[in-house]
Amino acid sequence: MASESTNTTGIQSKGNGRVIAYGLIALAVVLFGLAYADGYGKLAIAPMDQFKVTPLFGGDTIAWYTPTNVTFWLGMSILSIFALMVMGTRGRAVIPSRGQSMAELAYGFVRKMVEDVAGKDALPYFPFIFTAFLFILSANFLGLIPSSFTTTSHIAVTAILAMGVFLTVTVVGFVKSGFGFLSLFWVASAPLALRPVLAIIELISYFVRPVSHSIRLAGNLMAGHAVLKVFAGFAGAMGLAGIAPILGVVAIYGLEMLVSAIQAYVFTILTCVYLKDALHPHH
Amino acid sequence: MAENATNDSVSVAHASGPGMPQLDFATFPNQIFWLVIALVAIYFILNRIALPRIAAVLAERQGALTNDLAAAEELKQRAVEAEAAYNKALADARSEASKIADETRAAMQVDLDKAIERADADIAAKAAESEARITEIKASAVRSIQEVAADVAGDIVAAVAPGQKVDAKALAAAVATRVKG
Repeated sequence: MASESTNTTGIQSKGNGRVIAYGLIALAVVLFGLAYADGYGKLAIAPMDQFKVTPLFGGDTIAWYTPTNVTFWLGMSILSIFALMVMGTRGRAVIPSRGQSMAELAYGFVRKMVEDVAGKDALPYFPFIFTAFLFILSANFLGLIPSSFTTTSHIAVTAILAMGVFLTVTVVGFVKSGFGFLSLFWVASAPLALRPVLAIIELISYFVRPVSHSIRLAGNLMAGHAVLKVFAGFAGAMGLAGIAPILGVVAIYGLEMLVSAIQAYVFTILTCVYLKDALHPHH
Repeated sequence: MAENATNDSVSVAHASGPGMPQLDFATFPNQIFWLVIALVAIYFILNRIALPRIAAVLAERQGALTNDLAAAEELKQRAVEAEAAYNKALADARSEASKIADETRAAMQVDLDKAIERADADIAAKAAESEARITEIKASAVRSIQEVAADVAGDIVAAVAPGQKVDAKALAAAVATRVKG
């Protein structure tokens, strides 16, 4: 549809032809899959199976060092970041190529976010924040490849990220302002009688931060992928009528791409907000 | 069919293990170990290679922009100077031209005056000469008239009084007094 509308009239027929050809191929694959599906006529949905951690080279036990599908997809994350940020910028051109433009865009986006939200003195932490952003973004999008594994849908991964942010921010706060950092919890603008109550609330909310920070990311991705799987399961069970849930899968897939980008953004900007609290604890 | 389906899904869910793999703490050390390695790797890739490179490219671009703007400013300045020089040259040329024209005009005036003077002198000389000649011609004409008048008077006297001797001298004197009279 998009290519149809953006094509000029001269090449429109060619673009239409290509769209139709792709559509026919997709339809043939879907019909073939529906006709020969394993669970044909049965509702066999196991939406959580996609999150299982399995050893990469067989075996049943998972020790801390065993290479698993987690390892593989983390490696893919590293590779995609390397491809974008290193291979993409290898031209070092003043007038950038497409890849370099994307790398510069990502760089400028996060750098500006750090500077705007957390202030200029937060720029030394920019490499760490950029690392988190690119990791989450690449893991989210890699997870959208059918039958892949989404590392950021696991609470273990997001909890480590969130705890890393929490501990760093707390340490930075105490190092920068000493006990003055505690004024973050002492709302000087509130009436004196309310301040102890507010301090307790602020303290609780401070310690809940890493929990919400990590569960927000993992929960969003897990839910989205589970829904995709459920719809796919319906498609498998409904035979030729499965075309309807497949359209649903397509729609939700689009939504999930949005979620992937937005959750990476949200995680990053919250990190910046927490960092701002640490650098400037006075309200 | 629907009943079957729900039964199946429940049984499958039971078969696939208890609930969420996310809460299977046995896999946590593994995930955390590999995650930390991945994050460290990404951090080093970014911090050692990508970020300095992009920062350098951006700085270079900023420098190029600044340089180009400065160069443009300088060129503009030079264009303004060139225009001023052009205008000055034009004004100089105009004043030079008018000076030359004035000089030429003055020189020509001098020449002209000389020529007119010479011509006046020539004309005066020629006029004087002509006047002299006219006077001479007039005098000779008068003399001729007197001679003719004397001849005619002699002839008239001979015709009126034949035999009478005509005194040529007295005749000429009489004619002269008459002509003058």
